[in-house]
Amino acid sequence: MSPDTGESTSSPLLVLDDIAKSFGAVAALRGVRLALHSGEAHALVGENGAGKSTLVKILAGAHAPDSGRMTLDGKPLLLRGPADARAAGIAVIYQEPTLFPDLSVAENIFMGRQPLRSLRRVDTRAMNRAAEQLFARLGVRIDPARPARGLSIADQQLVEIAKALSFDARVLVMDEPTAALSGVEVDRLFGVARSLCERGAAVLFISHRFDEVFALCQRLTVLRDGAWVSSGRTADLSVDEVVRRMVGRDVDSLFPKQEAVLRDTLLEVRGLTRAGVFSDVTFSVRGGEIVALAGLVGAGRSEVARAVFGVDRYDAGEVLVAGRALPPGNPGRAIAAGLALVPEDRRQQGLVMELSVERNATLARRAALARLGLLFGGAERAEARRWTRRLRVKTSRLTAAVGTLSGGNQQKVVLAKWLATHPRVLIIDEPTRGIDVGTKSEVHRLLSELAGEGMAILMISSELPEVLGMADRVLVMHEGRLVRELSRDEADETSVMLAATGQGAIA
Amino acid sequence: MAHDSLTPAPPAGVRPEREPGRRAGLGGALGSWDAAIVAGLVVAGLVAAVAVPNFATGRNAQFLLLDLVPLALLALPMTLIVVTGEIDLSVASMVGLCSTLMGQLWLSSGLSLELICVLVVLLGALLGAVNGVFVTGFGLPSLAVTIGTLALYRGLSFVVLGDQAVADFPADWTAAVVRPIPGTSIPVMVVPVVLLALVFGVVLHATAVGRALYAMGNNGEAATFAGVSVARTKFWLFVASGAVCGLAGLFWTLRYASARGDNATGLELTVVTAVLLGGVSIFGGRGRLLGVVAGVLLLGVVRNALQLDDVDANALTIVTGTLLIASVVLPNAVGDVRARLHRRRQRAQVTAP
Repeated sequence: MSPDTGESTSSPLLVLDDIAKSFGAVAALRGVRLALHSGEAHALVGENGAGKSTLVKILAGAHAPDSGRMTLDGKPLLLRGPADARAAGIAVIYQEPTLFPDLSVAENIFMGRQPLRSLRRVDTRAMNRAAEQLFARLGVRIDPARPARGLSIADQQLVEIAKALSFDARVLVMDEPTAALSGVEVDRLFGVARSLCERGAAVLFISHRFDEVFALCQRLTVLRDGAWVSSGRTADLSVDEVVRRMVGRDVDSLFPKQEAVLRDTLLEVRGLTRAGVFSDVTFSVRGGEIVALAGLVGAGRSEVARAVFGVDRYDAGEVLVAGRALPPGNPGRAIAAGLALVPEDRRQQGLVMELSVERNATLARRAALARLGLLFGGAERAEARRWTRRLRVKTSRLTAAVGTLSGGNQQKVVLAKWLATHPRVLIIDEPTRGIDVGTKSEVHRLLSELAGEGMAILMISSELPEVLGMADRVLVMHEGRLVRELSRDEADETSVMLAATGQGAIA
Repeated sequence: MAHDSLTPAPPAGVRPEREPGRRAGLGGALGSWDAAIVAGLVVAGLVAAVAVPNFATGRNAQFLLLDLVPLALLALPMTLIVVTGEIDLSVASMVGLCSTLMGQLWLSSGLSLELICVLVVLLGALLGAVNGVFVTGFGLPSLAVTIGTLALYRGLSFVVLGDQAVADFPADWTAAVVRPIPGTSIPVMVVPVVLLALVFGVVLHATAVGRALYAMGNNGEAATFAGVSVARTKFWLFVASGAVCGLAGLFWTLRYASARGDNATGLELTVVTAVLLGGVSIFGGRGRLLGVVAGVLLLGVVRNALQLDDVDANALTIVTGTLLIASVVLPNAVGDVRARLHRRRQRAQVTAP
């Protein structure tokens, strides 16, 4: 580890001072400061809309600040575009990297500057060797010759990091890199980040997960509503304190779980099998109950949800809603039977980003809102207004494209869309992924309320605190199988993680 | 674009200028596409009336509208298909095949013409169903499938009748389709076209199906998750397209009193042009039927005026092709200009608080 003295003796590598940036009348950032030290990981936290993304874009050279100073190594830094940022040694790793799927890993790393042989032919062998050396420095194993298609998101991020290394990046900005990673993958990513720090790089780490922030970072900066709130050593802070600074108030209770009153079984899944994906999955959810489906990414949880809802077909087994069998592969019938699915990927599956808030909010109810088969806007508007109000969706107009809303508000629109169908069973996949703390607790309170009203809720979550805080029962999947069922009392971090990593039988 | 990982990812999937339905009150001088096309129609009509002799006569209006009937018919299902992000290029060949099937049935089956008409529409629906099965059942791109059936159906229409023509349809039938509404110069056939346009317009803009069409045209996966049967809906759209081609085939045959293998050759180009000119996005998810109707009329007026002015057929094809390209390029260019103006305005606000 780098010498971690209490006071920073070295002068910071990258300094941002009094940065301001506005979009039209909206001030996205004002008076923001940040100092990144070589050899340290620095966390940037804040609710959605606090200005983290804008700051990342300024560092990436995509936005120019309206005012303020940036210095690198004490010299003024002017970024006129992404090329400048790269030349200055600043690399940004996004949550979901965009690689060319049909090119090889090495080609992705060296895109635009491939080593050449005579006649300007690409020297594939030299390129693969160079990529291999980069991966060796990172201590990971990825075949440079394989196509990028099919790489896990974690591996794609590592390819991006390798690319950053090949540019000799000294500042590595990681924008919510762990949102889609499983525990093991997060550990590996952190290992890589720590070794980069040891070599003198500065890491800026953006995450909504406090355990990760505290595990990785030596310093932490809090933003709120585009303004700088505080910077300091993580060792001097507690989670509660950080949350208080982020939201500017006390979050009364992160997980407002009410005591469950169990009613009849509403969802029953028997022997559900899809070859190569999951097999013999059997469970049931009763009204008033929140059942969490836990497991590592790739364990087959979302796939089970998709099959239950009918988006995917399955090879064997059956799904019953309130005792009646659902025809396979038919989401329309599933909705009619009282099933609702809030999918994992909001942008691709949950919403039609180009359509308006009201069209999205009423899409699943479109047939029910029609009078004599006709829809003339008024009924849709009224319905959309009712649900967006109830969920407190913040939008300027109901006719605004839903893609212009913040992540948390988008998630509320997805919820509005499904609650409007008055479901008996709600399947919710990663209910709070990528949304801010305030909205998170709103969503949790809502789920708790809905269960209290008798809804059966199946919640898939990769966030252990959420699973443990919300669920009455925890089902754990490992490699396509349901391996453990834990009651609320039995479930803790250890028991869930052991089962999720396949050691449930021993534990 | 995506060469560079250091470029921030664009907000995936958000194209703010794409907002189906309400587009009114936008960008001042640039106006909405619908309004621009209606204005273009008015201007083209006025210019033609002044500059082209015989354009503004009742007789010409009758011919113009009669010429537009097949185009207008085919543009209706095409609009819905393009809104879902698909395309049907086999429409003109289906019209041709339906025409020769009608001729062959009349020639050799001894069935009544009423029954033949029903059969031809059903056969058209069947031809469309073949397209639908390939596109939705086998998951093939509609562009490739319908280019294939464009050639296939045209070839079959020559198999049905060879290079001969069937022309001995009853005179009262052939006269009926070109007859004007008494006291006007508007052909009676306009009435069913208008009724059908109303039906398609209501389906697209005021039913659950229409909402689903826009949803799947923008994001098929999200539509599926909202309980839309994407494949089934698209299948029935192709069937509808085929059935309407059957209707257009009947009309074409009776109007020219001739069932021939080469009837309506090349009409698909005009249909697609009219639809795109009407503001429907070739990428799906955006466009209104009102715009398409205006697009059909605009295209009809332009072509008719040029014909009256003795411009030859090749030049007409050039005009149609140019309009097709323009209607794809212009909305994008307008969107760019708007975005640039918007940015400039923002910058002005920032620098001069």
